[in-house]
Amino acid sequence: MKIVCRCEDITYEEILEAIRSGYTDIESLKRKLNFGMGPCRGRICIPIIVKILARELGKSVEEVGYPSERPPIIPLPLGILANGEDREEKS
Amino acid sequence: MTSSRIIQHPILNFERGKKKVLYFEDKPVEVYENESVLAALYANGVRIFSRSRVLKRPRGAFCLIGKCSSCLMEADRVPNTRICITLTKDLREVRYQESSASPPKTSFFIAKKPEEIPTDILVIGGGPAGLYAAMYASKYGANVVLVDENPTIGGQLVKQTHKFFGSKDLYSGIRGFEIAKKLAKILHKRKNIKILTNTSVFGLYSGKLAGAYHLRRKQLLKIKAKQITVATGASERFLVFENNDLPGVMGAGAAQTLMNVYGVKPGEKALMVGAGNVGLIVSYQLIQAGVKVVAIVEAMPRIGGYLVHAAKVRRLGVPIYTSHTIKSAHGKEKVEGATIIALDKEFREIPGTEKYLEVDLICLAVGLNPYSQLLSQAGCEMVYIPELGGLVPKRTRYQETTISGIYVAGDVSGIEEASTAMLEGGIAGISAALKIIGNNEKALNEREEMLEKLEKIRAGRFFERIRKGLRKVLIDERRGNSTY
Repeated sequence: MKIVCRCEDITYEEILEAIRSGYTDIESLKRKLNFGMGPCRGRICIPIIVKILARELGKSVEEVGYPSERPPIIPLPLGILANGEDREEKS
Repeated sequence: MTSSRIIQHPILNFERGKKKVLYFEDKPVEVYENESVLAALYANGVRIFSRSRVLKRPRGAFCLIGKCSSCLMEADRVPNTRICITLTKDLREVRYQESSASPPKTSFFIAKKPEEIPTDILVIGGGPAGLYAAMYASKYGANVVLVDENPTIGGQLVKQTHKFFGSKDLYSGIRGFEIAKKLAKILHKRKNIKILTNTSVFGLYSGKLAGAYHLRRKQLLKIKAKQITVATGASERFLVFENNDLPGVMGAGAAQTLMNVYGVKPGEKALMVGAGNVGLIVSYQLIQAGVKVVAIVEAMPRIGGYLVHAAKVRRLGVPIYTSHTIKSAHGKEKVEGATIIALDKEFREIPGTEKYLEVDLICLAVGLNPYSQLLSQAGCEMVYIPELGGLVPKRTRYQETTISGIYVAGDVSGIEEASTAMLEGGIAGISAALKIIGNNEKALNEREEMLEKLEKIRAGRFFERIRKGLRKVLIDERRGNSTY
């Protein structure tokens, strides 16, 4: 087994299969396979996946593009955010 | 289980601190308080730190600097703790977490109230670029907050045991970890620099507000800055091959962290993948740590790194196979061997050329990715530049991104080396300070000097690719920035 995404166990073969079945833009491929949505936020896998997608489509990585980034970019306990000032004011 | 702590090292003395007991899966383990939890467990023979979420495959140490999430454990009941950047002195017990999908049974801690930290300049990342950014911004009177998610500042300098090349004023002839110590000493003395280690910035929000998580205090920090310099460095690349996720496959830099920072042998027999400078230097350092380097493979037809580094490992009898790559790793729950294979001119595997090597460690030195997530998330205009290692922000020659007041320096703006990272940091630091203090001739002159030095370094023949890449990211500093 060739793992590309260590967080979500997505394999090289699964990525090829998804691209060949029509998920040919990076955002829908991401939603189909869930890469970049594990705790490492795609740091390890996305640079590999954009290259695979570009190669399969005969495009450059720049044309394929990177998926959008959203915070938090690290594992964060929700309690950190939940214990904010808003809660204090309302209680 | 025998300990794999290094007792004698030709260059390093390890300051492990006091002995203590850490409970791992309810069993006492003897550790030292200055060891990271991961290093301490590794020294005691632990190789599996988590199971993957879907297939429950074993996950071993991979990056060791808080980037890959393969070592997430429940530490003093807090799940998803990155144990590679958590010191044992901060903990009583660690255990495997069942699955990232299982919710905690009770609340595992009460977070402290958030702290608001106003500052002139926030520098994110305490490697060579960030240290210089903080040093030069503070030099001209600006207040600086420097954050880093590791337990100490210094970035990847802390694990470099070789002497640096280049010019005297950028620490040539001094070993990396000693440069880190020198810079840290200067910064700790400055009254207008506040250093926050164990602190991860998780997002940049409008109004130059940085959301940060203090990992030890379990506290949200809202850092409100006037200017921000992002100097978050890079993370090591992963490589696609059969069984590439077996514990024992790790980044070459990760092996360096284990052996050079914590004094723990990463394995007994190693295969190095990649003969660039990182692969060559780390191979030599593995040998210094008492690891046998069985072979170095390089997919390109020739060695990529400097000849001095290649000569050092060749003299010690390490074979370097060019036009070769790793085909597969072997082993049940950890690496027990590897198969390498020859490549033709089109980088296709040549059947029948497979060679089996008995190794328990496979180090990947196949390049770095700029750790530019924060910049993308903030909305800086990003561009993919293969020559610079990946996705990097567009920027002016003064290191300002397309968002006014957000600067970038070091590997996150393109993979180069420590000396260029320092200069970029200095330039970013002065540029940010100028916006706080107004025009200052001395600062302007110093910035020009740094720009000249940077240009001089980049004029060298090893920087041809870098120059090509830089031409694609530089934007005119007189254009109008967007505000944030």
